[in-house]
Amino acid sequence: MATLSGVAKRYGTGTLAVEGVDLALARGDFLALLGPSGCGKSTLLRMIAGLIDPSEGSIAFPADAAARKSIGFVFQEPTLMPWATAVRNVALPLELAGTPRREAALRATDMLARVGLAGFENAYPRALSGGMKMRVSIARALVTKPRLLLLDEPFAALDEITRFKLNQDLLQLWQAERFTVVFVTHSVFESVFLAERIVVMAPRPGRIVTELAVPAEDRATPEFRTSAPYAAHCREVSHALESAMA
Amino acid sequence: MNPRVLKWLAPLVVGVLFLGGWEWMVRAREIPHFILPGPWLIAQTLVRDWHTLSGSLWITLQITFSALAAAAILGLVLAILFAQSRVIEMSLFPYAVILQVTPIVAIAPLIIIWADNVLLALLICAWIVAFFPILSNTTVGLNSADRNLVDLFRLYGASRWQVLMRLRLPTAMPFFLAGLRISGGLALIGAIVAEFVAGTGGRESGLAYRILEAGYQLQIARMFAALVLVSATGIAIFAAMSWLSHMLLRRWHESAGEQP
Ligand SMILES: Nc1ncnc2c1ncn2[C@@H]1O[C@H](COP(=O)(O)OP(=O)(O)OP(=O)(O)O)[C@@H](O)[C@H]1O
Ligand SMILES: [Mg+2]
Repeated sequence: MATLSGVAKRYGTGTLAVEGVDLALARGDFLALLGPSGCGKSTLLRMIAGLIDPSEGSIAFPADAAARKSIGFVFQEPTLMPWATAVRNVALPLELAGTPRREAALRATDMLARVGLAGFENAYPRALSGGMKMRVSIARALVTKPRLLLLDEPFAALDEITRFKLNQDLLQLWQAERFTVVFVTHSVFESVFLAERIVVMAPRPGRIVTELAVPAEDRATPEFRTSAPYAAHCREVSHALESAMA
Repeated sequence: MNPRVLKWLAPLVVGVLFLGGWEWMVRAREIPHFILPGPWLIAQTLVRDWHTLSGSLWITLQITFSALAAAAILGLVLAILFAQSRVIEMSLFPYAVILQVTPIVAIAPLIIIWADNVLLALLICAWIVAFFPILSNTTVGLNSADRNLVDLFRLYGASRWQVLMRLRLPTAMPFFLAGLRISGGLALIGAIVAEFVAGTGGRESGLAYRILEAGYQLQIARMFAALVLVSATGIAIFAAMSWLSHMLLRRWHESAGEQP
């Protein structure tokens, strides 16, 4: 789906945020970018989204050039328009692309129901809880049926319980639709629970140090989050992260 | 006591005490009317001279609201232009500041000489005073759009127009309304000050001229009556702008919770 080769980003301030990143994303991947604060995860994600250009190297969408235009993005904060209701917020990407208002509203309503917010169409963001706002944000990212979904620490600001629930729901949506996901996090547990591919990054300069896999068979274990394979993967990823930072 | 009741009752009690004390002092000390009339006499004068005063009130209101409307429209349009182009902003903003920092009393005589119609001159003066808060507030508002939302719009290939209409203008709305609230009072002050400077008489005079005229004639009660109308107008404008702001923002903006 996307191929990053030799990607580097130096900001105007002189900070070398990431350097020498090679990464191939296959269709249907669920990939977690894991690393300590400041290792360039957000920078990398924003380059994949095309929001900023790499200073060196290239990001190509070889097999599927249209995928570059089919991206959903979820920020760390819900980033909703406070003056618009939930349904208008979700309908925004469709309306910007010229979908008639009514059709956009219908599709947005469907999407809200899929993230568990049926009945909250006409609520304004300030009337929603943190978790609900995040769901609206996810619905907005998915309403265009993107092939690539990019999430930048989407649940970092939420409490553990809400976060757990949203992780499960995201996983279900992914299993149903099989879009490609890049999920930025600095939680080892979250990365192992969600992702099949875990890419570990290190700072100064931001770079990829190793990649680990969580096979689908392991994930299929019932009660995965409390299973032995889960614990084993968490330990493995933690070690990788520690040696990356050493 | 219920805080809602208290909110109204407390200032009311203070007002009644103040007016009562004033009336009592004027009577007890037999202060002459041409020095300090009592509130009761002022009220009577207000009723007796209502015909003349209401005519002047109407003129002042017309000037104030036309100036405010012109300030709102031009301030908004100019702020949008500024937001679209740094060059326009850099070339025009200093002049807007000059217009703002030069005292209106100093420019008013010039404007009165240049404009062949006094009412127009007053309107221009009131506009100059009212214009800047709307311009500067709206400019700040248009530039305060959430960075991530701007990125989101870019990600979905939004046009400049879409970004303006769907993101920048709604973001700027509370700023614009706050500016409007300040400018409402300023437009009234501008209209009054300019009329003092102009000092014109005749049928077409606003409240400021009534105050001047009553002063010349030592009709101090009438002067106070006109003053009461000026204050009442100011309060009414502020209340109207607060209400407008509340109605437009109450669904979504944090500030709308605090308003009446
Ligand atoms: N717009 C910018 N201008 C200049 N430097 C930047 C900018 N954005 C990020 N940086 C720098 O680039 C480096 C990587 O930042 P980035 O935000 O990508 O890290 P991150 O891994 O997402 O961190 P976190 O986990 O805290 O979000 C940091 O040193 C940061 O200071
Ligand atoms: Mg980040």
